[in-house]
Amino acid sequence: MSDHQHEESHVIEYGNYIFIWLGLLAFTGITVTVSGINLGNWTIVIALFIACVKSWYVLNYFMHMKYEDIIFKVFIATALFTFFIFLGFTFWDYSFTR
Amino acid sequence: MSATDHAAVHHVHRDDYGSRMGMWLFLFTELILFGGLFIIYAVYRFVHQQEFHLAAQELNTTIGLINTIALLTSSMTAAMSITAMQKGNVRFSKALIWVTIGFAFVFMVNKYFEWGAKISHGIYPGSKDLLAKPEGEILYFGLYYVMTGLHTLHVIIGVIFFLFILRQIKQGKIASDRYVRLENSALYWHLVDLIWIFLFPLFYLIH
Repeated sequence: MSDHQHEESHVIEYGNYIFIWLGLLAFTGITVTVSGINLGNWTIVIALFIACVKSWYVLNYFMHMKYEDIIFKVFIATALFTFFIFLGFTFWDYSFTR
Repeated sequence: MSATDHAAVHHVHRDDYGSRMGMWLFLFTELILFGGLFIIYAVYRFVHQQEFHLAAQELNTTIGLINTIALLTSSMTAAMSITAMQKGNVRFSKALIWVTIGFAFVFMVNKYFEWGAKISHGIYPGSKDLLAKPEGEILYFGLYYVMTGLHTLHVIIGVIFFLFILRQIKQGKIASDRYVRLENSALYWHLVDLIWIFLFPLFYLIH
């Protein structure tokens, strides 16, 4: 248990946060720009992909997931897996009942 | 005997690791809460693609963009307030929390004007103007009000959390050696940011 105490003191410097923030702003700019171009069904795919990339940075750096134990990552994977089961089965069901 | 008693008093049981884990488990219930709404959105958008595109033209992308920047920046200042607290710079930590709350208000004021403009145009759940529109548009605006409304409720709760944290810092209950409550409040705030990262392209950027 004492190893948890060590992680507690993990300090992320201000500069790193500013760097991540600039990246997030840049990705936001890309999303807005891309949405103005007519790419058909790809627009939503690109928008969601960029949103996922942004989330990855927020989760890992702002929320410190990168520095947490493996069990936290297992939790996240389980939660996302559950969500995608809901999403997948809803569309599966829909495609059969239509 | 008295020496061990003394030690026991000072060594209050604390489990920061477990506390953070509990917060994360709570955040997953939030994921499922919003996830359900995102699934409803996905199905109806799939069914009513044209109408969703048409309805989205009514939203102001600039306001959405300003709110995105406000939340991203507030997320950064919330994360930085932990760094400041870890370094023992309590004043700076408090200042950063206030900045975070400030951006939360920027977000809410924007939302107020945005909803206000929609409502004055007769677009609100159950309005005659809205009900006269095709089904897909009614669904779009229904989801818009429910999802951004629930999200804004989370912004308000986040602000209350941070005010509570500021009070506890003042009382000395949160300090450079015990700041897990600040960490957990920041985690909640980042979740609010995460949800907006998806709400913004899904409602504002359909062209």
